Amino acid sequence: MKILVVDDERDIQTLFEQRFRKEIKEKSMEFAFAFSGEEALTYLNLHEHETVLILSDINMPGMSGLELLRQIKEKYLKPPPVVMIITAYGDAESFDKAKQLGADDFLTKPVDFTYLKEKFKQS
Amino acid sequence: MSLSVAPLVVSLIVTNRIRKYVRTSILKHWEQPLKYALFLSVMLFAAEVIFSETEVIKWVWHAYLIAIIVFALKQDELRLLRMFIVAFIPFELFSLLGDLTQLINDSFFKDHENYFNNATGFSFFWMAAILYSQNRQFKAAEKERIKRQHEDELNRAIAIRKVELEVLVAERTSELTEQKEELENALDELRATQTQLIQSEKMASLGELTAGIAHEIQNPLNFVNNFSEVNAELIEEMQEEIEKGNMDEVKALAKDIADNEQKIKHHGKRADAIVKGMLQHSRSNSGIKEPTNINALADEYLRLAYHGLRAKDKSFNVTMETHFDKSIISVNIIPQDMGRAILNLITNAFYAVNEKNKLQRDIERSENRQGLPPYQPTVSLRTSRISPTKGVAGKVKISVRDNGNGIPQNALDKIFQPFFTTKPTGEGTGLGLSLSYDIVKAHGGELKVDTNEGQGAEFSIILPV
Repeated sequence: MKILVVDDERDIQTLFEQRFRKEIKEKSMEFAFAFSGEEALTYLNLHEHETVLILSDINMPGMSGLELLRQIKEKYLKPPPVVMIITAYGDAESFDKAKQLGADDFLTKPVDFTYLKEKFKQS
Repeated sequence: MSLSVAPLVVSLIVTNRIRKYVRTSILKHWEQPLKYALFLSVMLFAAEVIFSETEVIKWVWHAYLIAIIVFALKQDELRLLRMFIVAFIPFELFSLLGDLTQLINDSFFKDHENYFNNATGFSFFWMAAILYSQNRQFKAAEKERIKRQHEDELNRAIAIRKVELEVLVAERTSELTEQKEELENALDELRATQTQLIQSEKMASLGELTAGIAHEIQNPLNFVNNFSEVNAELIEEMQEEIEKGNMDEVKALAKDIADNEQKIKHHGKRADAIVKGMLQHSRSNSGIKEPTNINALADEYLRLAYHGLRAKDKSFNVTMETHFDKSIISVNIIPQDMGRAILNLITNAFYAVNEKNKLQRDIERSENRQGLPPYQPTVSLRTSRISPTKGVAGKVKISVRDNGNGIPQNALDKIFQPFFTTKPTGEGTGLGLSLSYDIVKAHGGELKVDTNEGQGAEFSIILPV
């Protein structure tokens, strides 16, 4: 399964690669990284049907995670990728907005990787 | 025989004149004796009438008149009357000469009586003329005296008034001094209040930053925690590999661990820098200029301002563009002061685009304007060099541009004034731009604004290198 991680923190890539090194080695999971909402959209345009799961931060310079979510859910209808939203604030407003826009899951920072692995395996 | 009318008149005139004179001078004690003299003249004339002894009394008159004249001329106190007295001398001399000639040689006198009478008459006229002119002079002098008296009175009144005025001036002066002291106290209080306000503005912007800082610290801390957990896993794995003797794998793991260690260190330092920055921001001005990386400083405050606002207003979103001139290595500034100035410009820009965004959303909703490109709030932060020209040293420019509603012309000349704000009451202190302006001025720089109403605004800090 291919997962696109969207976050403006570049070290997220190293972190995910190490946290999921077994899965990557076993090729049970494949990761792609985008450092802004815009970059994520560009990536999705090139690899539309490969990506099954998108993990996005809300707070990013430029296009926010919620805007990215809205555009993904509007444009990429088939097959609809699973979108998980991460936020540092964990506030009800963001949560409601994400749900309303069709987010499949909502996580708060700091991300619990064990929990995240479970989630990935479920989907 | 003839009565001595002329001597009587002369004696009366002389004594009376002297009497008048002494009355107005310090010789008042002479008045009484002069009254007696007047009385004596009258008595002498009365005796002449009663006893008909004109031949004897004539000589008494001569003696009496000569006595008066000599006495008056001898008195130093009466020197002002000398001309007056002198007027009587020819008359007395001629009448005495006439009487003496008659006594010695009566026939000669009889022959020449006309001459004697003429001379006496002439001297009498001469006396009258002198008296007339004397009288005029005396009247003029009297007028002058009265005038001087008036002047003296006036001067005295002026002197009294002057004293009154001086008292008044002294009162006013003390009132003014009191008021001046009051004003000085008020000024001191105002200055103290201003210092407090500046401090509270700092604390207010610190409050705005707190959420941003918390968020900013959260991210590096997450990395520190995550990488440290990952390293623990990797070490465990490495031990397994060592037991298996798989040295290539062990080397790869050791490299990963070392890399992660670097990441931990990096993010630890990042959190450290944020906390230090926060402390610097809240601390009173150290006032020390130091070489500072303007790009890093501007970027740091951009992030802090963004997250600060995000934390307060969840719906807030903005496209942030940064264009840093990498060739600018360092500028000599007071970092916390300049940081505050930049922060103010950025928060203002965010506020401007957010206000426009809210307005646009309402318009879009009400007019159902679909198909039009939605408003994209954008704030761009740019650093650039202004290369030196003839006689002008090189400069560094930090610009903050927004695509908000811009600044209306009527507000433009007021934006740098303290307490001027367009924000609703209670939301802004109105000190942000004024403080920024002061900070930039203190660095010998300029704070410029360029705006198009409805299109946005650009604030630029231009600093000497």
